[in-house]
Amino acid sequence: MKEKVHFNIGDPVIFALVLGLSLFGVAMIYSAGEMEIPSQVTGIWMKQATWLVISIVAFALALRIEIRWLEWVTPSAYVLAILGLLLVLAVGSGDGPRSWLRFGAIGFQPSEFAKLATILVLARLVAARERSADSLWELWPFVVVASVPFLLIMAEPDLGTAAVFIAILIAALYWSGLSMAKLLLVVSPIVSLALAFSTPLWGVWLLLIVAFLYRTRSYLSESIAVVLANVAMGVVVLPVWRSLATYQQVRILAFLQPEADPRGAGWHLIQSQVAIGSGGWTGKGFTLGTQKRLAFLPEQHTDFIFAVVGEEFGFLGIVLVLLAFAVILWRIVLIAERTEDRFTSTVAFGIFAFWLAHLVANVGMTVGLLPITGLPLPFLSYGGSFLLISFVSLAIIQRMASERRSGG
Amino acid sequence: MSSINVPPEAQFRGRGRLARWLVALLILALTIQFFRIQILKHTTYALRSDENRIRELPIPAPRGTIYDRNGLVIVENVPGYSIAVLPLSVDSLRVVLDTLASILGHSTEKVERLMDNYRQHPNRPVTVESDASFAEVSIIEERRAVLPGGIVIEAAPKRHYLMGDTLAHVLGYVGEIGDSELELAEFEGYEPGRTIGQTGIERVYERVLAGTPGIRFVEVNALGRLVGEFRGRQTEPAVPGRDLVLNVDLELQRRAAELFPDTMAGAVVALEPRTGAVLAMYSAPSFDPNVFIGRFEPAEWRALNTDPGRPLFNRAISAGYAPGSTFKLVLAGIAMSLGEASRETEMRIPCRGALQYYSRVFHDWTPAGHGVLDLSGAIRESCDVYFYQLGIKLTLNRVLEEVPNFGFGTPTGIDLPSELSGIFPPDTAWYTRRYGRRGWTNSVVLNLAIGQGENVQSPLKMAQYFSALAADGTLPVPRVSRDGPVSEPGFELPLSDEQLAVLRSALVDVVNSETGTARGSRLRRWTLAGKTGTSQNPHGDDHAWFVGFAPAEDPRIVIAMIVENGGHGSSAAAPIVSRLIDFYLERQSVEGLTAEAAGR
Repeated sequence: MKEKVHFNIGDPVIFALVLGLSLFGVAMIYSAGEMEIPSQVTGIWMKQATWLVISIVAFALALRIEIRWLEWVTPSAYVLAILGLLLVLAVGSGDGPRSWLRFGAIGFQPSEFAKLATILVLARLVAARERSADSLWELWPFVVVASVPFLLIMAEPDLGTAAVFIAILIAALYWSGLSMAKLLLVVSPIVSLALAFSTPLWGVWLLLIVAFLYRTRSYLSESIAVVLANVAMGVVVLPVWRSLATYQQVRILAFLQPEADPRGAGWHLIQSQVAIGSGGWTGKGFTLGTQKRLAFLPEQHTDFIFAVVGEEFGFLGIVLVLLAFAVILWRIVLIAERTEDRFTSTVAFGIFAFWLAHLVANVGMTVGLLPITGLPLPFLSYGGSFLLISFVSLAIIQRMASERRSGG
Repeated sequence: MSSINVPPEAQFRGRGRLARWLVALLILALTIQFFRIQILKHTTYALRSDENRIRELPIPAPRGTIYDRNGLVIVENVPGYSIAVLPLSVDSLRVVLDTLASILGHSTEKVERLMDNYRQHPNRPVTVESDASFAEVSIIEERRAVLPGGIVIEAAPKRHYLMGDTLAHVLGYVGEIGDSELELAEFEGYEPGRTIGQTGIERVYERVLAGTPGIRFVEVNALGRLVGEFRGRQTEPAVPGRDLVLNVDLELQRRAAELFPDTMAGAVVALEPRTGAVLAMYSAPSFDPNVFIGRFEPAEWRALNTDPGRPLFNRAISAGYAPGSTFKLVLAGIAMSLGEASRETEMRIPCRGALQYYSRVFHDWTPAGHGVLDLSGAIRESCDVYFYQLGIKLTLNRVLEEVPNFGFGTPTGIDLPSELSGIFPPDTAWYTRRYGRRGWTNSVVLNLAIGQGENVQSPLKMAQYFSALAADGTLPVPRVSRDGPVSEPGFELPLSDEQLAVLRSALVDVVNSETGTARGSRLRRWTLAGKTGTSQNPHGDDHAWFVGFAPAEDPRIVIAMIVENGGHGSSAAAPIVSRLIDFYLERQSVEGLTAEAAGR
């Protein structure tokens, strides 16, 4: 009898796939260390395996937490996350962005924790209102909650991670039932940001926004605010561009034109594509990727772990991993859909957005669809705190799945 | 459209479906992109992945050994090291080259030249030093850990010329192929950094001696460091060059170099009259071809190039001198072939030390004069007055017409580069072009008749002509290499055997008669025949000629020698030629006897 099983891990398919991907990730990190030249990556798989064990323990513990209690602890978690981010800015370390807090041998990235905390707070905000917002002005708490960590992480500076908060914000608003029209208006300044590099395109976009505001007969103040936000984005983008760290500018430029400087900024992208492309249908075999072995592929254990998968297991390996992710994400949305509680449902959808953003950003970057942001691939990339947070997030989802099942 | 009044759960449902489709769409988009890269563009990326890591390293092919006619080694290979760099980029190459420059002592120009090589051929290893010393190689190996990646040290056989300056001009030397040479059809398929024969036999028989370099496929990592052999492709081994046996007799060559007056310039050429085999060829001053091998100091090159003695210049084949009295044999030949003279023909005016022709007086080499002489006597005593009159008798037009029939004005066709084809006026229009209509008279024929004036021939050409006289009237094509391509049939002199015998016996008299000009050079054991000559030199002392052969009854060797500013052929050249011929024939007979004894 199923009722007699006290320990319920929720959705067994999601759990099996996540565990499978994580074990596969340890294997890939082992492979990433198999090189022709001495590398710090060699042997690092054992650390990842240790983190995986810790993460599974954390998962088991987190699975016992009731969702109600989670809702209650949300504000303190958020405050803790913000304090962590402030601490990183003060005493953090890391090459490139300063995103690490180090306690002796153990390093932790508060930004990972902040993602989960922000999801929880946004979910509370969504749950707090009975119905979706009438006016954009009502959305200010959402924007503030997402903006604080966003700005703190931008200051590290870590553009990619910061962008994840925008994805989470949009997801929360979307899930709150905000009308698509309003959602479009909220997103419009971000589009302005991207289009500001081309004045004619930006002008057309601005005209479209105005026309849209007129047709939907939006509130005047709201309309003015949206237009102003768009104009501001268009105007500030150049100073913001200049304020970006050089490596960030170079990465964005390299994404637009990788062959312009194949030995320099375009190197990562080109070598990643060569690794993946040379994999063919079935790949070069486990640990045998030459791009990786001979150190042509940079960051092979973190940012470009997926390129190692592509090189060593080919297109078939890639499709299997992508399918696993698709099934996991698909099922999380199903869980979110079927959960009647607004808080619970929004948390699930927020975690969905968090993983989807990472998946698309990381995989897209290895094949040149997206700029190099340095976002890790969930469960596969090397990184303890990210794995831990992912497993805690998983526990929350599995708890929902089991609560819904037992409660429903 | 407004979702305000939709119940929460239904609202999640609609949005959830959209989100799920978004997932499907994104995964599909990514899959398509992977399909494009991994399947559609697989070949391109697989190639790039190979190009990334696989480098082709040439394996130098050892050049063929060169032997003399008796099997003695003249040129061989000795072990050496070459240093090459597998560059990653212009910047990294510069770092490597600058580092190596301090170890190898390279100049900045050399570094720039190597950078240019790389820019032109970015996928090839850059040969930094084709001849590194063991000490330099040791330094690099010791510091390998701190040196930038991509430095490859390989065994590279290097050329060693055992004879030093004794046989320099014939052998030539090897060196790295230059940009201009790369464009020649001769060097099709050659790559920069290859060592090629620059001149001499090394150049002419490049395709025989060079062999084909092999290719080794190695794997490098992203730092350009060599990881090891690439097992995916078989090493293509080098095909060594073929050996070459020369006609040169090393002992004779050595003797010629020894006997040549130390401070003088000039040349010696020894031929086998029937075959044209080049038994010896020496040009003074000479040089040591070993200075061109490997580490090559621009200062040494400049010194050799700017030396007023022009040591790199092969006087035996490339220098031109007025043939002087040696050319009287050509005039005599023309006269006999036209039926204008025979052995007994005497001239109208006996020699009184000079001849007046219109308003000009033409002197004999001896003021005392030679009296009445026949053709044979005129050759023996080298009587200028006789030949002045013979020239007048033949007329300028006929002399100009006939000289080419005796092989002059065309190169001998020797298997060496830069042969002088010789200068002889083709017709009287040539004089008009050169001196103007009134700038010359028919009296030029008097000068031509005694081998002076507008007549420039190489020592090799004179040796070839005398070979024809010594043998059967056939001008042999001189051959340095025994294994070279078969030469075209020689050029035939328009003289009968009797007429050749007349000339030969006159040449015997030159050396062996009481009144012969080279009487001092006669040999006890062999009948030496030959002709002295003096090439008038407006810039200084006259050049001394002697062309001789022996034994006169059955000539086995012809030697032509010129000593620049040596004065008279009888004193400066004839005695040396005589000793060389004696040396050669003596050795041959000893060897013959030994062989005979061994055969029995």
